[in-house]
Amino acid sequence: MSAFRQSVEAMIPALRRYARALTRDADAADDLVQDTLVRALRSERLFLGGDVRSWLYTILTNLNKNRRRSLARRPQFMQLTENNPDASGTEAEGRDIERALSTLVEEQRSVLLLVMLEGMSYREVADIQGVPIGTVMSRLARARAHVKASLEGERPALRRVK
Amino acid sequence: MNDHNIPVTEDELHAFVDGELPPERRADVEAWLAAHPDDAERVQSWRTMAEMLHARYDGVAQEPVPARLELERLERRPRQWLYGAIAATLVAFVAGGTAGWVAHGAANAPSTFQSFTEDALDAHRLYVVEVRHPVEVPGNERDHLQAWLTKRCGWTVFAPNLEASGLKLVGGRLLPGPNGPASFLMYEGASGERFTIYTAKTESGATQMRYAKEDKDGSLFWADRGVGYVVTGGADRDRLTRVAQAVYDQAEKNGG
Repeated sequence: MSAFRQSVEAMIPALRRYARALTRDADAADDLVQDTLVRALRSERLFLGGDVRSWLYTILTNLNKNRRRSLARRPQFMQLTENNPDASGTEAEGRDIERALSTLVEEQRSVLLLVMLEGMSYREVADIQGVPIGTVMSRLARARAHVKASLEGERPALRRVK
Repeated sequence: MNDHNIPVTEDELHAFVDGELPPERRADVEAWLAAHPDDAERVQSWRTMAEMLHARYDGVAQEPVPARLELERLERRPRQWLYGAIAATLVAFVAGGTAGWVAHGAANAPSTFQSFTEDALDAHRLYVVEVRHPVEVPGNERDHLQAWLTKRCGWTVFAPNLEASGLKLVGGRLLPGPNGPASFLMYEGASGERFTIYTAKTESGATQMRYAKEDKDGSLFWADRGVGYVVTGGADRDRLTRVAQAVYDQAEKNGG
C-alpha cells in the first residue's frame, strides 16, 4: 500500500468520530466518510503533498454541506425518545451534549468539533473552512457560548423575550 | 512588565484553552483568571464541554472500521452496468415485436434506466426472500390485484399468465416508484425460483430492451408508452429473456 493510502487509512477512525458528532446519525456519518474516502482515492493523483489529514477533513466538511442542502428538501426524521431520567450520568451527559450540538448552525458546529474534538489549530480550521482565522475565532466563541447556555438549560435566542 | 496590565480579551481566553496563546502571555492569563472568577468559570465550562465531547464521541474512533469503509473495497468499481447491448437471443424477440414497439429510445439517458432498474432490483431483492409476506394481495385474487394496482398506478397493470414458462403468480404489491407509485408482481417456479415484474411511470416513451446484472440477479428493462417495465430473475439470461418476452407479448395484447 502506498504512503498516501496508509495515511488515508490511518485517518478513518477520527473521520468517523468527527462525522458522527457532525451528523449525530451513525449511518449518515459513515455514508459521509465513505464518500470522503471514495473522493480521496479518486483524487490521489491530484494530491500534491501537504497535509492529508486537513485535506480529508476539508472534503468531509464540504460533502456535509451538500448533504445538508439536499436534506433540506426531504422529510426530516425526528428523534422520538426524550430524556430518560433513569439513564446513567454519562449517558445523560452524552445526550445533553448531542442536543446542544444540534442547536448550532453548521459552521459553528464544525469549528467547535474541529477544535475541541479533533484538536485542530485555528490555522488548520481556517484552511478547512476557507475563511480567515478571525472568522474561525468568532464562530468558536459563539458556538461555545451557545452550547454552554444550552447545557445550562437556557434558550439563548429566547432568553430575553418577556 | 507593563503588558501584564493589559486586560485579557475574550479571544485570548479561548486561545488559552486551545493552546494557541503565545507562551509569554500564559502567565498573564492565569493571573487574570485568579482575579476574575466569572472568566475562570467560563474557561472551566469550556474544558468540561471538551470532556463531554470526548466522552460522547471518542468511542466511535475506537470501534472497528466497518467493512464498507475498507479502502480495497471502495476501490473496486461500484456497479457494472451493461447498457444497450441486446443479446443475440433477444434479436428474434425484438424483430417479432409489434410494429408499434420499435425502439425510438436509443438515446435514452442511462441514468433513468439505471436508477429505475436499481429501484426494481432493490424491490426484487427485498421481497423475493420473504417467505410469509412476499406480497400484499395474493395471486388467487388476480382480478382484484389488477384492478387495485391499475387504479392506484394510473396505467393498466396486467398480471400476465406465465404458466407456459412454469411460473405461477404469487401476488403483488404497491410500491413507491421514482415518479409516483409502482406496481410489483411476483411469480414463482416449481423449484422456488422467483421472478418479479416492476412497472412505474418513466419519462422515456419507448426504449429498446436492455439487460443489467447485479450479483446473482439479472434484469431486463424496457419502456413502452411512458411505462417502464423491469423483469428481474436469476442469473440465467436465456430464461429471463423468455419470461420477459412472454410479459411483453401479453402486455402488448392487453393494450399495455
